[in-house]
Amino acid sequence: MASFTLTVNGKQVTAEADPATPILWFLRDTLGLTGTKFGCGASLCGACTIHLDGQAIRSCVTPISDAAGKAITTIEGLSADRGHPLQKAWIAEDVPQCGYCQSGMIMTAAALIAVKPKPTDDDIDAALGGHICRCGTYQRIRRAVRRAATGGPR
Amino acid sequence: MSPVTSVSRREFLRIVPAAGAGLVLGVRLSAAMNATGPRGRPSALFAPNAFLQVDARGDVTIWASKSEMGQGVRTSLPMIVAEELDADWSRVRVEQAWADPRFGDLDTGGSSSVRTRYEPMRRAGAAARAMLVTAAAQTWGADRSACRTERGAVVHAPTGRRIRYGDLVEKAAALPVPQDAPLKDPKSFRIVGKSLPRTDTPSKVDGSAVYGIDVKVPGMLYAAVARSPVFGGKAKPFDANSAKTSPGVRAVVPISTGVAVVADSTWNALKGRDALRVDWDEGDGAAESSETLRAQFETLSQQPGKIVRDDGDAAAALEKAAKRLEAIYELPFQAHATMEPQNATASWQKDRCEVWAPVQTPSWALADIARAAGLPPGAVRLNITLLGGGFGRRINPDYAVEAVEISKAVTAPVKTVWSRADDLQHDFYRPASFHRIQAGLDVKGRIASWHHRLVSTSIKAYHEPTASDPEEDEIGGARDLPYAVPNVRVEYAAAKSIVPRGWWRSVESSFNAFVVESFLDELAAAAHRDPLALRKELLSGGRTIAYPGQTFVQDTTRLKAVVDLAATRGGWGKPLAKGRARGIAAHFSYLTYCAQVAEVSIGKDGALRVHRVVCAVDCGRAIHPGIIAAQMEGGIVFGLSAALKSGITIEKGRVKQANFDEYEVLRIDEMPEVEVHIVPSDQPPTGVGEPGVPVIAPAVCNAIFAATGKRVRRLPVRVEDLVATS
Repeated sequence: MASFTLTVNGKQVTAEADPATPILWFLRDTLGLTGTKFGCGASLCGACTIHLDGQAIRSCVTPISDAAGKAITTIEGLSADRGHPLQKAWIAEDVPQCGYCQSGMIMTAAALIAVKPKPTDDDIDAALGGHICRCGTYQRIRRAVRRAATGGPR
Repeated sequence: MSPVTSVSRREFLRIVPAAGAGLVLGVRLSAAMNATGPRGRPSALFAPNAFLQVDARGDVTIWASKSEMGQGVRTSLPMIVAEELDADWSRVRVEQAWADPRFGDLDTGGSSSVRTRYEPMRRAGAAARAMLVTAAAQTWGADRSACRTERGAVVHAPTGRRIRYGDLVEKAAALPVPQDAPLKDPKSFRIVGKSLPRTDTPSKVDGSAVYGIDVKVPGMLYAAVARSPVFGGKAKPFDANSAKTSPGVRAVVPISTGVAVVADSTWNALKGRDALRVDWDEGDGAAESSETLRAQFETLSQQPGKIVRDDGDAAAALEKAAKRLEAIYELPFQAHATMEPQNATASWQKDRCEVWAPVQTPSWALADIARAAGLPPGAVRLNITLLGGGFGRRINPDYAVEAVEISKAVTAPVKTVWSRADDLQHDFYRPASFHRIQAGLDVKGRIASWHHRLVSTSIKAYHEPTASDPEEDEIGGARDLPYAVPNVRVEYAAAKSIVPRGWWRSVESSFNAFVVESFLDELAAAAHRDPLALRKELLSGGRTIAYPGQTFVQDTTRLKAVVDLAATRGGWGKPLAKGRARGIAAHFSYLTYCAQVAEVSIGKDGALRVHRVVCAVDCGRAIHPGIIAAQMEGGIVFGLSAALKSGITIEKGRVKQANFDEYEVLRIDEMPEVEVHIVPSDQPPTGVGEPGVPVIAPAVCNAIFAATGKRVRRLPVRVEDLVATS
């Protein structure tokens, strides 16, 4: 066990944990932030994606020790009121079906448009190619990312 | 008309103690409504029944009595109730029903939610509306017939007086429930038929949606279960200390499916399970592999099977045919791979048990949970969470039973979480199947004979090994061949397998549509006919195909209409970009007609790209066109994954694939442009969750043939099948 201080959604927290514990389980089991999902445990599906110092990372394979002194943003911290342009676009395009993969999709898309406000379709596919949606919402995800980037339907 | 019964105020208050004064209606239906319900349930069924509530503020609560797994039932079912209630949709709140007979048949499968609940939900809303109108008429001393409803209020037409529903609930709750409240003329619908925003979407974009895996109960422990890698294997005596010394592990307990490691966190449970040393008595299962199964299929396909359709004399017609074709089609086991791995939370106490689980079949889960808990069903509270995907996997409630067994063993609340390997390697798989199919063309190129011999690892035989009808969930889409062929024989044989089988989105249609629609395409090529023209010809004449024991039929006119629509919108026969080709396929399943045109290209290296899919669907009245389109898009992706990417293989009695690097599914960069066209219809609504799935594989493979001349007869498509010189 070791002690780590980090920031989660703007709040400073201390983690008492085995340094190898994936951030995913600290968020879900310890902090109760269950919007970040467990899908594969091996960085293959993207459901667990969060931001670590603004970078989209896979929390299921990233140890808590890597987050020491850093800032984490989860889906719960993306906006206070579903006001992020992607969240608004996701609602406008009625993207989710079961919804389980969508937190991860939105977090990766948010990291993408933060550095590339007008992504091409290839940019969108490349960024989200590591994610899986078994319900098959990919077409609507593309539309929603474009909508968020352009401020309207496209 | 089914009897309609009121629920006493006392009963109502017990259901929703915080709700205050209100009106609640229960609608009980005859058992006949179950005729086309989801399959695979135990025989004891709840009578369907639904509830709505209007409170004194005018807020309407509607209980969603089916499991929400992405198919939109927390939106579509309440819309139907709200329509007939004439509710103000902005005041409607949706709550999930829990497993209780008062809510009726909660089982969710067979694309049945809307089609079996449409009339009952309408009647529930209409009865409530009639009572509110009566209450208003009494309040005004007016004639009932002079009153109408308007968006959450009753209006007295002659005077323009108006009372909101909320102000009528006290009076309405005291009235008898009408037996035959008039239903609206669908022409006046203002909610049904609109693509309203889904009620569950906001919670799914901010992380607040609660799936089974998100449940937390005070004092809860976490469990991971070690299961025999070989199906049917049993744990040998093991050393519990191998896991107990792992951090955070609290207990190691044997359960019916293996050995559970219980810890203070999910991570510690998973690590403790990794540390556990347990040997397995593998039993006979270890002798099975995909190769042994294929050999068995091959043998069975050479022998006569059980005849399930026999029109004319297929053998004699084949003998006389001017041209004969024979082909073998093969499809593997498939896993469901819901994005949310299986999980459940149970809190067992000696006189009661509460469970939170993402289940599709609450009636089955409740019965099995009660048995595992050693309690009567009435002492079990089963809460149905959101499902992170279902696809038929969550018809089987095995994971919920595990949680109960573990909670009982450690006498503490426990959440059981499966890893992805657990999920892929301990599923109830879509059956593997093998098809020997023959046809004869006469001198004019007409199909004179069709002989389909189907062998599969039957679902029914897995659940009931002595069943006399193992073909039950295997022959749909093969037996009911809709094309006009004078001599047809369809035979079935069940192969033996240790591999567990279950219902996978679109069940046997997922393989039979591939075989029938691909082979028809082969016959079109052999007869030098356009595949579209041949289909239209063989569907003409307005015939119907009957289903034993069912009241519905397949109408070839409706199937032909979706074929026509898909072909027109898909630009059939129009020029295409160089290297691209189109394929078409159609199929009737879950009472719905679906046709798709796929546009593909194949690179020199065999790289296949599906560029565009045009889907036409006739699902009767469209309750929510947006959700129907989403279900078709999703069904196409699900079907494409199985057509192009995934397959389960068996080695030494175990599943080879352990994660998404080995069980690959479609990703966003492979997503075609999908266009959905819904046939306008006044017919009763039919299924939409599954009918999009079966059509895509044959549409794509027929397009591959059009592009390359290579016929794909086994799935998933392999690069070597596209570049080989066969």
